[in-house]
Amino acid sequence: MRRDLTILIAEDSENDALLLQMALKRAGIKERVYVVADGVEAIAYLRGEGKYKDRSKFPFPNVLFTDLKMPRMSGFEVLQWLRSNPECFIIPIIVLSASQLDDDIRKAYQLSANAYLVKPGKFEDLQKILKLAFEFWDKCEKPTPPVPHC
Amino acid sequence: MRRDLTILIVEDLENDAVLLQMALKRAGIKDHVKVVDDGEEAIAYLHAKGKYRDRAKFPFPDVLFTDLKMPRMSGFEVLEWLRSHRECSIIPIIVMSASRLEEDVRKAYELGANAYLAKPGRLEELQNIIKVAFEFWALCEKPAPLVQS
Repeated sequence: MRRDLTILIAEDSENDALLLQMALKRAGIKERVYVVADGVEAIAYLRGEGKYKDRSKFPFPNVLFTDLKMPRMSGFEVLQWLRSNPECFIIPIIVLSASQLDDDIRKAYQLSANAYLVKPGKFEDLQKILKLAFEFWDKCEKPTPPVPHC
Repeated sequence: MRRDLTILIVEDLENDAVLLQMALKRAGIKDHVKVVDDGEEAIAYLHAKGKYRDRAKFPFPDVLFTDLKMPRMSGFEVLEWLRSHRECSIIPIIVMSASRLEEDVRKAYELGANAYLAKPGRLEELQNIIKVAFEFWALCEKPAPLVQS
């Protein structure tokens, strides 16, 4: 991924969001990182609504990390919304969840998540996963977003 | 991914198939690798039709690498087929194509590819890409197969 990317994290746990940001930093990923606390905020961000209207302050993301179980609106609902709003597509969409349930994994992929990672218990592992994710997605071809988008 | 995975490569060019297998080997990936040379063969393999009926010899794959431009049936058609045959779902599906055309990349993702890699010119780069791809997907969760066709 290019070095001027925007990463959006949808994560309701403040601690997990902080760990994720720290892990990105320690993995040498210096992109702009924005955190929202649930699916409703994620969609508002993607639609550029309310406080997210200013795209110079809240640029449209190139990468989305989303938790699944969040208040008000879940990660599944965010995926569904993205699927029915193809003009807002993001690649990659990576689910980062504590759930290892087969049902959740299957559903996430069916709703067009590109990958699904289970949140590791150790910080070092989280760093490793993120570094590898960025290394892999950096090598992948990704279509340019349609103009205008979201 | 566990070290006993089955990788299905769908590649019509013999040289490219050989290079991909070499890159897998050099990247230390010792899993079962099966190669078919177009989309029709891929679907026959996935559906266990004809010579692919014997699942002991031709196990259902855990990973699919597919080219796009192939005779008889393209990679896009394979993706379309997989999309309408959920019981044969595979994760991940990685397109590996010489094409960097925007429309090909977009279409592949729209048809359900998990990732899209452009075939590099050098074996060393191919090896590197394959290694990173496998390391990443080894960490990813993947759903258990539904019914292995």
